[in-house]
Amino acid sequence: MQGIISLFESGLGLPELWAFVIGVVVFSLLIFLFIALFVIVAVWLERKVSAVIQDRWGPMRAGLTIQGELQTIADTVKLLMKEDIIPKPVDKLLFILAPFIVFTATFMVFAGIPLGPNAYSGTFDLGLFYLIAISSLGVIGIVMAGWASNNKWSLYGAMRSVAQIVSYEIPIALILIAVVMYSGSFSVKEIIATQDTGYGIFGWFLFRNPFMFVAAILFLIAGTAENNRTPFDLPESESELIAGFHTEYTGMRFAFFFLAEYANMFVVGVLLAILFLGGYAPIWHVAALADIPVLGWFFGSSGFWIILKAMLVVIIQMWFRWTFPRLRVDQLMYTAWKVLIPFTMAIIVLNGIWMKLFNLI
Amino acid sequence: MKNYFINVWNAFYTALVGLKVTFLHLFIKSVTVKYPLERDKVPANSRMKLEVDWADCIGCKACERACPVQCIHIDTSKALPEDNLAATKNGTARKLLVSNFTIDLSECLYCALCVYPCPEDCINMTPNYEFGKYDRKLLIEQFAPFSDDDRAKRQAFEEELKKKKLAEKAVKTKEKE
Repeated sequence: MQGIISLFESGLGLPELWAFVIGVVVFSLLIFLFIALFVIVAVWLERKVSAVIQDRWGPMRAGLTIQGELQTIADTVKLLMKEDIIPKPVDKLLFILAPFIVFTATFMVFAGIPLGPNAYSGTFDLGLFYLIAISSLGVIGIVMAGWASNNKWSLYGAMRSVAQIVSYEIPIALILIAVVMYSGSFSVKEIIATQDTGYGIFGWFLFRNPFMFVAAILFLIAGTAENNRTPFDLPESESELIAGFHTEYTGMRFAFFFLAEYANMFVVGVLLAILFLGGYAPIWHVAALADIPVLGWFFGSSGFWIILKAMLVVIIQMWFRWTFPRLRVDQLMYTAWKVLIPFTMAIIVLNGIWMKLFNLI
Repeated sequence: MKNYFINVWNAFYTALVGLKVTFLHLFIKSVTVKYPLERDKVPANSRMKLEVDWADCIGCKACERACPVQCIHIDTSKALPEDNLAATKNGTARKLLVSNFTIDLSECLYCALCVYPCPEDCINMTPNYEFGKYDRKLLIEQFAPFSDDDRAKRQAFEEELKKKKLAEKAVKTKEKE
C-alpha cells in the first residue's frame, strides 16, 4: 500500500493527504476486486467439486468452453436484480448494517495478508494477532443479523454461531502459540521467513515435527468450524433452520453474506498457508523454473505460491463439505472443548520438549 | 481415558475413510447426461405421449369410455360416399367418419387403459416425452385431419340429416295413427 501511496504522491504530484486517501481507496478496491474474483471462481469450483463427488456434471452450459465457468457471473447478475425486501417487524438499522459488518470484518483481514515479501498493506509486528482478532469480529454482524431479523430461526442460527466461533477461537489461538514458539515472532513476514530455509517443503512448520503436523490438521478442523462450513454449519443448517441468520435477507444483502462466507474460506486457507505451508515461499527453489516462458512468471512471483496453497486448502474444505454430515450441537461443543483444546495444549507442551531436546531454542 | 482416545481415533479414522470414498468418485464417470445435447434411451414400450392413427379409427368410442379422466373426445358422423373412406389395416370397413378426435394431454395420466380396448390398435402410447407447450390449451391435440370450418360444415350437415330423420319419423308415426 505504501508503494501505491508514494506512487500517487511523487508520480502525480498530489499533496500528501490526497495521495494517502486515493491510495487507500485504490488499494481497498483492489482487495475488493480480488475477493469478488475469488468468490466467482470458488463458487464455480464448489459446484464442480460437489458434482464430481456426486457423479454429476455440474454447471455445463454458461461460458465459452463446455465447463460452465461463467455460471457464477450469471447467478450474480440475477442476485443483483432481485427485489430488496426488508420485512416489517425487523429492526431496520441493525438489519441493514449486519451484512456489511460481516463483510467488512472479512475485508479487513485481507489487509493483514501479505502476497509477497513486498506486497502487503502495512507492517504489523503483531500481524498474526491482528488476523485472528479481526476475523472473529464478523460474529458481531451475525448476531446483529439474527437478532434484528425478528425471526426464531435467525436467532437460533445467530446464537449457535456465537457459541461455535467463541469455542473454536481458543484452539486456533493455542495452535498459533505452537507456531510462534518456532518463529519467535508474531509478524507474518517473520513467520514465513523462518519457514523459507532454502530446503523448500522441508522448511515448512508442517514437517518440523510430528506434533506440528497434528496441529495443522487441528487448525484445518477449527478453521472449517470458524467459517461455518459444512460439518460445522449449524448456524445456517438448512435442514433445521432454513438458512439460519440470513433467512430474511434477499438480493444484494444476501450476496454480501455469501461473499463473506467464501472470503472467509480463503482467509482460513491463507492462514494455514502462512502458518504451516511456508506462505509465499515457493515449494522448491529452482531457478530454472523461472525461465519457462509464461509459467515462469507465475513460478517466479510470490503471490502465485500463497494463492496456490490457499486454494488447495479451500478445495480440501469443499471436499469436507461434500463428504461429512452435520454434527449435533453437543458433538460440536465436545469437539471444541474436550478434544481440540486438550490436544492443542498437549501439542504446545510436546513442542517445547521437542525443541529443548533438539536444542532449537 | 482409554475410551476417550479410542473415540477420538475412531472419529478421525472414519473421517479419513469417508474422505477416501468421496475422493474415489473423482474417477467415476458421471451418471447423469447433458440433457439437451444427449438423451437417455427410453424403452420402446414406455408410456409417454398418446398417439392416434386417424386412418385406422372406426369411431367406436371404446377408448373414450375407458378413459378414467375423460380426456378423450370423439365426434362421429355417418360416412358419405364422397368421403371415400378406405378400410383399416385390419380390413374393417369404416362406416363412421371421425370428424373430431381430441386428447387433452394435460389431463392424460398415462394409464394406457384406452390402448387395450381399441379393436383396431390405432391408439398407442409412444416413447416421445418432449411435448411441452407454453399454453395449456395447446396441449389439447386434434388427431382428425379437418379444419374447423370443415368440421362445422360437417356438423351442420349432420344436424340437418337428424332433423330430416326426425321429420320422417314424425310423418311415419302420423301415418300409422
